[in-house]
Amino acid sequence: MSVYPYIVAAWLLGAGLYGVMSSRNYVHLIICLTVMQASTYVLLLSVGYVSHGKAPIFADIPTNSTVVDPVVQALSLTDVVVEATVVALLLALVVQANKRFGTVDPNAMTRMRG
Amino acid sequence: MTPGRRVVAIVGLALLVGGLVWGVTGLYGFGRYHAAYGRLVARAAVPDRSATNSVVVTAFDYRAFDTLGEEFILFVSVIGVLVLLRRLRGERGRDEATAAAEDRRASESTRWIGLALVGPLVVLTAYIVVHGQLTPGGGFQGGVILMGAIAFVSVGGESMVLLRLRRTSSWVEMVESAGAAGFAMIGFGGLIVTGVFFENFISKGTSGLLTGGMIPLANVAVGLEVGGALLMVIAEMFDQRLRGRQS
Amino acid sequence: MSQLAPLAVAVPLLGAALLILCQRLLPRSAPELLAVGIALATTGMTTLLLVHVGHGLTVYWFGGWHPRQGVAIGIDFSVSAIGVGLAAFVSLLMVLALIYGLRHLDVQHPYYHVLMLTFMAGMVGFCLTGDLFNMFVMFEVMSVSAVALVGYKIGEGAALEGGLNFAVINTIGAFLFLLGIALIYAHTGALNLAQMGASLRHGGDDRVVVIAFTLIVGALLIKAAVVPFHFWLADAYAVALTPVCLLLAGAMSELGIYGIGQVWFTAFQGALGPHADVVRAIFVGAGLLTALWGGAMALTEDHLKRLLAFVTISFVGVFLIGMGLLSQAGVAGTAVYVLADGFGKALLFACVGIVQHRLGKVGQHRLHGRARSLAATGVLFAAGGVLITSMPPFGPFLGKSMIDDAAIKAGYGFVPPLVALASALCGAAVLRAGARVFCGWGEVSRDAPDLADEDTGPETRGSHARTPATMFIPAVLLLAGAVATGVWSGLPGLAATAAHRFTDFTGYYAAVFGTARHLGSVGSSSPEWFDYLYGAAATGLAIVLAGLELWGERVVPGWRPARAAGAAAIRPVRSLHSGRVGDYTAALALGIGVFGALLAATLA
Repeated sequence: MSVYPYIVAAWLLGAGLYGVMSSRNYVHLIICLTVMQASTYVLLLSVGYVSHGKAPIFADIPTNSTVVDPVVQALSLTDVVVEATVVALLLALVVQANKRFGTVDPNAMTRMRG
Repeated sequence: MTPGRRVVAIVGLALLVGGLVWGVTGLYGFGRYHAAYGRLVARAAVPDRSATNSVVVTAFDYRAFDTLGEEFILFVSVIGVLVLLRRLRGERGRDEATAAAEDRRASESTRWIGLALVGPLVVLTAYIVVHGQLTPGGGFQGGVILMGAIAFVSVGGESMVLLRLRRTSSWVEMVESAGAAGFAMIGFGGLIVTGVFFENFISKGTSGLLTGGMIPLANVAVGLEVGGALLMVIAEMFDQRLRGRQS
Repeated sequence: MSQLAPLAVAVPLLGAALLILCQRLLPRSAPELLAVGIALATTGMTTLLLVHVGHGLTVYWFGGWHPRQGVAIGIDFSVSAIGVGLAAFVSLLMVLALIYGLRHLDVQHPYYHVLMLTFMAGMVGFCLTGDLFNMFVMFEVMSVSAVALVGYKIGEGAALEGGLNFAVINTIGAFLFLLGIALIYAHTGALNLAQMGASLRHGGDDRVVVIAFTLIVGALLIKAAVVPFHFWLADAYAVALTPVCLLLAGAMSELGIYGIGQVWFTAFQGALGPHADVVRAIFVGAGLLTALWGGAMALTEDHLKRLLAFVTISFVGVFLIGMGLLSQAGVAGTAVYVLADGFGKALLFACVGIVQHRLGKVGQHRLHGRARSLAATGVLFAAGGVLITSMPPFGPFLGKSMIDDAAIKAGYGFVPPLVALASALCGAAVLRAGARVFCGWGEVSRDAPDLADEDTGPETRGSHARTPATMFIPAVLLLAGAVATGVWSGLPGLAATAAHRFTDFTGYYAAVFGTARHLGSVGSSSPEWFDYLYGAAATGLAIVLAGLELWGERVVPGWRPARAAGAAAIRPVRSLHSGRVGDYTAALALGIGVFGALLAATLA
């Protein structure tokens, strides 16, 4: 099935998103966000794949060989770094929230309603 | 979740994921990438910059401005972590002697292996960072390994070193911000020397290590920044753990 | 001269890094002054760029990588009047916000200033860039800085909750943005907006384009906080430091709308142009819903900053209507309205910040009558409240009338009265709050608000007995800005010409890949008589409604049951704002799903 990798990306998004929606623990929620992130780079990398293509590093292959797309790999690199930093920030917020509220349950942290 | 909210969630999820699946079935099949951009970059990396790793050439030269933004996202998030985990007035500090004594409970062999691995890992970092434009690797990957190297110190049971690092954390901050500033200044260097921001102003060499023009410099700057940033984040988290023990 | 474009982004970033690098060497008060200086420099650079660009479009290629064989291999900044004008406005707001916080704000030097500088750099970069992935990177620079700034007051539970909700929802938006980028890159092979647009023109629309458009615009709608993606904004703006609120309300929300316009006119218009009516209808519908929802919720709020957050949401709805008309007149009206209204909302937040500094509280009921001594601030607040109802002949009125005219031209005749109603609701909420807090009018209401909402500690240090000049003068300047945008007679014409350039694809492509084409100026019509009528009616309705809220129980016999009915009607809407991130995410998924389904249905 030639669109299978793309479906995998959609599945990862769905699974992560459901996890975020129904989570009772903020650390679990952040990991679900990481799962959603995985869907973005699975999609990015799979749209750049070339059949029988090698890695785009010409150290030991001739410069005119078939290689996969290097642009999406650079984009994925940026993607991974960006989301790792967001996770760090979120975890810092959760650590502080745990100190203030005594819990990491999103449903128990509501100070603002209406 | 209440039943009403669960229904909304399921419906929304179904529509969103269903829409995405519907959309991707319109894509070309896996492996049939054919656009000009990727091919152009792959063919042009070696002639343009004498560097064989076209991914790094894309990230640090063709699309260097994106990497500048990405570097600064990392920089900002570390500052954010520092700000969000800062000690408020009235919060207790940590007792370092107690904490260190507790950590020393790791076995001797663990400590020795942990400490012994630090050196080789730092060398590995240097190798990966400096060879970024030739083989898989580069600044980001090297920075993470650097962070891992220092973290091995804590695996060895010497979290005291990390704490001392915390107190001299301004030194680590300086390294990190030097990396970030360094990358930005490479861009400025291009502006000053050739009149275009991020234009290459260093000779690109022919082969071997000193190729790629400004890419090795950019890799070193990024490696320092990423290593410093991640080090500060885990040091802050460790600090929280120890503060937590006291309360 | 075009070098100013990259410098406008790189100078604040480098400055931020150097502030940390040299923090040991600098005296304690240096970071704030340096930050103000850098922000001033950025304002200067963007203004110079605006003057230099004029009616044209300047393209700056990073690294000197010009396109090869019609393929753009590098990143470009495509500078035109709308983009750089917005960037200049953002930097000006940053200058005022930094001055507002000088010396009295209880923050850690230099971290706060570093975060503000990178926030500004991200916003300026977002406005100037012509590359879709670079847009994403700048979007993230903005978001990460904003998350740290929103959650800054870690001592308060509400601040952490607001920061967490903001961060999670924004991150989901970022992921959707990336998925959209992956899809459109696969379809067109381009990340450069001009190249993408050209490819889409030939390629036509099919499912990939529709879903990519849904995802990218969805992410921008989340950033802009359009209903039903707006829940995070109310939580986040209520707890942030006041200078940060100035920027968030005055600048960041508008950037989402700008992004939607940029993405449409340079890329997707080629493919989805035949279906523009559907897209237009969706945007106008969502905009109206947002405008009315925000206005209605603002009337129910006791917490002053949360009230202003809903006012912000309401105005984002009107911006979306203006931009969503997908026409040159709509874009021109939105540009003027964003400018004038940005000043107005920032002014309101500045006044609330002064009240918070002097009295340490932000709840209307706790503050009832206690701000009588802050007469000057009260006048500013009332002026802001009246301005946002689009009273003629000031700035917001001009912008709104341009949007109304564009809507009528596009066949949406029912839009102007509904927008007038929304601004009347917002104005009533603000005026009622001002009357309660500054004059002590009206009775203390029976329904006691949740007191936990009001535990906002002081965010400033030093003496709370007087209002420092550094807080008062920016507020006055903001009022002057809001008034000036209406009084400056050349603005509509300039906006119309800038909008003409913004909506013109062939000229954009020519400038990026070849030589720039010259576009002539476009005139703009002045407000019609019914615009004045709508403006006056909105202001009048706002005053009447505020008065009813304050004294209606005593004076008008039928008011109490009417008000009870209204409160009951809005209670289900209020309960949706639960503060739980899981609920917000569910609403987000539903919103994106419905948006995508509507677009897909028109295609099949």
